[in-house]
Amino acid sequence: MKARNLFVLSMVMLLLAACKPAVTPTEAPPPEGVELRFTYYADGNEADEMQTILDRFMAENPSITVVLDVVPYQTIDEQLPVQVETGEGPDMARITNFGAYRGKLLDLRPYLSDPGYFESNFPTPVLAAMRAEGDASGLHGFPDSLTVTGPYVNKTLFDQAGIELPGDASWEEWTELTQQVAEATGVQYAISIDRTGHRFAGPAMSMGATLIDASGNFTVDTPGFRDFAEILMGWHDAGITPSEVWLIGDSLNSCIDFFKSGDLVMCMSGSWQINGVAGDVGDAFDWVVVPNPTGAGGSTGVAGGAGVVAFADTEHPEEVAMLMEFLIQAENYGAYSAGTLSLPAQTEVASTGVDFETDNASVLGALSAYTAEIPKLQDQAVALNVHPFAFAYYRNSANRIAQYLTSELSLDETLQRLQQDIDDAIAEAGQ
Amino acid sequence: MMCPYGKDYLIMSVRSLFLPIKSVGTFINCIFSSILDFFISAFDVVFSILQRWIGIRGMPYVFALPNLLIFGIFILFPMLLNFVYAFTGGIEFFPDRRPWVGTANFEQLLTCEDFIDPNTCYEDLFWRAVFNTSGYVISQVGLMVIISLITALVLNRNIKARGFFRSVYFYPVLLSPIVVALIWKWILQENGLLNGNIAGLGYDKVPFMVNAQWARFWVVIISVWAFMGFYTLILLAGLQSIPSELYEAAKIDGANDWQLFRCITLPLLMPTMLVVLVLSSIRAVQIFDVVFAFTGGGPGTATLYLVQYIYEKGFSSPSKQFGLAAGASLLMAGTLIVLTLIQLLLRREEA
Amino acid sequence: MSAVTTFLARRCGHTKLNITDIITYLYLFFGVVIMFGPILWLVLSSFKTAAEVIKFPPRLLPYRQDTIVVEGYDDPLPLFEVTLDDGSTIKLAQVRRIGLEGQMIDPANPGEIIKVHINDRKPIESVVFGLENYIEGVQSFNFGRYLRNSVVVTVFATILTLLINSMAAFALSKYRFRGRTTIFLIMIGTLMVPLSVVLVPVFLVITKVGWNNNLLGVIVPGAATPTGVFLLRQYMLTIPDELIDAARIDGASEWRIYSQIILPLARPALAVLTIFSVMWRWNDFLWPLIVLSRSEFFTLQVGLNSFQGELNVQWHLILAMTMLTLLPITVVFAFLQRHITTGIATTGLK
Repeated sequence: MKARNLFVLSMVMLLLAACKPAVTPTEAPPPEGVELRFTYYADGNEADEMQTILDRFMAENPSITVVLDVVPYQTIDEQLPVQVETGEGPDMARITNFGAYRGKLLDLRPYLSDPGYFESNFPTPVLAAMRAEGDASGLHGFPDSLTVTGPYVNKTLFDQAGIELPGDASWEEWTELTQQVAEATGVQYAISIDRTGHRFAGPAMSMGATLIDASGNFTVDTPGFRDFAEILMGWHDAGITPSEVWLIGDSLNSCIDFFKSGDLVMCMSGSWQINGVAGDVGDAFDWVVVPNPTGAGGSTGVAGGAGVVAFADTEHPEEVAMLMEFLIQAENYGAYSAGTLSLPAQTEVASTGVDFETDNASVLGALSAYTAEIPKLQDQAVALNVHPFAFAYYRNSANRIAQYLTSELSLDETLQRLQQDIDDAIAEAGQ
Repeated sequence: MMCPYGKDYLIMSVRSLFLPIKSVGTFINCIFSSILDFFISAFDVVFSILQRWIGIRGMPYVFALPNLLIFGIFILFPMLLNFVYAFTGGIEFFPDRRPWVGTANFEQLLTCEDFIDPNTCYEDLFWRAVFNTSGYVISQVGLMVIISLITALVLNRNIKARGFFRSVYFYPVLLSPIVVALIWKWILQENGLLNGNIAGLGYDKVPFMVNAQWARFWVVIISVWAFMGFYTLILLAGLQSIPSELYEAAKIDGANDWQLFRCITLPLLMPTMLVVLVLSSIRAVQIFDVVFAFTGGGPGTATLYLVQYIYEKGFSSPSKQFGLAAGASLLMAGTLIVLTLIQLLLRREEA
Repeated sequence: MSAVTTFLARRCGHTKLNITDIITYLYLFFGVVIMFGPILWLVLSSFKTAAEVIKFPPRLLPYRQDTIVVEGYDDPLPLFEVTLDDGSTIKLAQVRRIGLEGQMIDPANPGEIIKVHINDRKPIESVVFGLENYIEGVQSFNFGRYLRNSVVVTVFATILTLLINSMAAFALSKYRFRGRTTIFLIMIGTLMVPLSVVLVPVFLVITKVGWNNNLLGVIVPGAATPTGVFLLRQYMLTIPDELIDAARIDGASEWRIYSQIILPLARPALAVLTIFSVMWRWNDFLWPLIVLSRSEFFTLQVGLNSFQGELNVQWHLILAMTMLTLLPITVVFAFLQRHITTGIATTGLK
């Protein structure tokens, strides 16, 4: 019994020794160095590209270690705000909701060697969206890409149907055309749009909706908004759209999978899908990005994009600022845009042009088509994504419109409920 | 008392293939029990001293303490914090920074012109969730009990390879809810496996997920599929504890099979059935992950259930209304406790 | 009717197959298809390419287009079966496709380009169980690290759960003491509140304790499960008190009674709790997501879900990684499944 106990004791010690590092981390950075935590999410290859740039940064600054924590998007959306609020957040993060952390972000300005370069190379509305009330000059982060919404079209199907791709056309005309193409080629679905208030906003604005007025107030009950809701309803009634996109789900759904598999003629999505479409479609068919359809309000997509921010709770503001400044340099920013096939939001990079890492003609065509959409953006289409309550609008509008599409609510009720959702969110925040 | 079951030849032969694994298992077992022995002896010293100090009457507290401590800090205390959230407003996380709003959250939840029509309520989604959850609980629990009972009866028969079949019915219980939802989504969606076959046979595709009735139907089926193994085993255990003399005696009295089932099996299985009923009702009211990953509450709000409503209001929505979410969770927990008490009281009366 | 009623009642010792047996086995095999079919579908799909996963109509087996290496071309070329104008079919490799026209070559005679309308060609495919998804998935995150975290969390949490739950259940079932009923009722009461509705307060508590980004924060809080205490207590109630009294007369300490009489006798119930604990911890997603934000502490479930971006989900990788996470739990289940029925037989019934 004694000997056995001794054996067991040693086994237990061994086990404890083996498990100890997992419970209490010993892999702390070398004492003289600084470790930065960078919480990151990826839709495709962004994490790999970012890691490449970080490796370069760490090679130049051996005393700084940057750890990229790649998390599900859900974490960014749901957990990160709580973590930041309780002081448990990372040093930096890649986020989409610029307005969500106002007052919690680090003002980089005092630590930057050239704040002027930082300030002048990014769109003022985005920089302003991150500032707390009363702050007019803080620099807290930067958009790592600029995205624009716009439709993908399966060109091969148009060719097979013998129908010419139109230039500028209205949503009604596109509905008609894609339906003809679908019928002629025996393809399941003609037309669809991603399920989110973000994508919905572009067409609604093109049809004359004023979603956000000059002083930043949300109004959903406008003729243009109603018109596009009715067009969407028409698609569902006619059975020409994959109804699972809008009816199922609680937040964002994309029509892009139907498009990639060749079952959908036209999918209204955005520039961030280019990489994925190119990879998954491969050689199966030719696809193009066409200009946003026109309406009473003109033709506009909606701007968007993720960004990198620094949090005020960081213990290493100088190092964070160094890294941020490194990331926005034209050379590095451009490399990231080129590798991820994303449109640059950095002025210098945008003006010199990006040498995208692809020779795929469809991809290059799509990139230039989206670039051509940027100057057409309405002011409200740029203001939307950086509005502090944009995300309340995105999710609620998708869910409320789904209720309209399933006839749970009339259009009047839908718009009234949606307005109430947004107003409640604003009121709760002000309490 | 047990039936003379035939040997599970299939299982035996399969097992023999894994003999080395089995010996590894024994080895691991041995290590574990040695570790256990060590801890037991070590703890014995501590506990003996304690026992001498506080006496036998104090020992139950000592035994319960570690569990109670963790339970109190990480389960009970957060739930009590929920009360603070329910009576305060705003978007602040820290309870001490939240302004007191009294019963405003409850009032907002309970404001309805007509409680039958969610559209007349201020928080229409809450009431839709309440109605959806009630409908789901009634149909899911009913179906769950019936299917589990039939399966338990079948598994209780003198069948070959019982262990194999039992494992098959139990296996889905091991899957994470997200995986369950993913599998079924791929089967049922418009371009899924089932519709692929239906279309292949030349019929029109069925809107399994975008039609409200179909979606509700499948949510029930999927949750039964995922959890039935657990309840089947409970019922199977209950069946096996029924003494077989009872059946033999009844047969001598000339009872037919239906009478045997109705007069012996059912009544003697009743206590087990009640356990199944209580457990499955509690779980049904708390349905969340599977459906959330499957339909996200859709089409529209057809499968929006209470926990999803609370989760979205308080945690996942961009505008976090903690107060409202906490209020709704208190209403839900209160209702559940009352319902369980009623069930337990009924059971006590019966017994 | 008679067949159905026979089926409903308990019948033993049949020697020859009758109609009820046939129904029984039909039900069982139907059950196997329903219960296992979807899982088989998951297994097969994990070998599919990203494009094949979203293809309609979906195919059961993981097909992949055949390719051939032709001299003069760096990449292997996809093979097609082409119907020529005269109705004959021929195997050609496609160099590229332009619009509606494919430029093909005969692998035997690579010099000459043949132009073919895309409707006249059919891809030649065969079933391939390729491991690309698995390899890419394992490589694209720190698989070994996450696996170790998952194992550490599962093993230690299960040991802790078994220990403290059984101690508490022992106290609640074998002693009369002040507060016993209250404690039991409060525990049962908390069964009614799922974690998902108290996430925010729980996060605050973890933060105050300082267990953010610490595996302890994942292991400890869930260990005091009311369900576990409930199951074990119900089982221990069936153990006769006389055993304990006899041991006390023999001078055994309370700890000895617990560890050497109650625990061995409660083995079936402990086996059930082990399976459930392993299952909960291994599959747990929400809790680690809240507590852990640094990737060196991530568990497999968290890592697996990082293939879900905001706008794009990499299904093929999720499928393959899901299969990998299923393996260990299946093994644990295979070892413990014999105990399940006996364990459940007497738990939760009183």
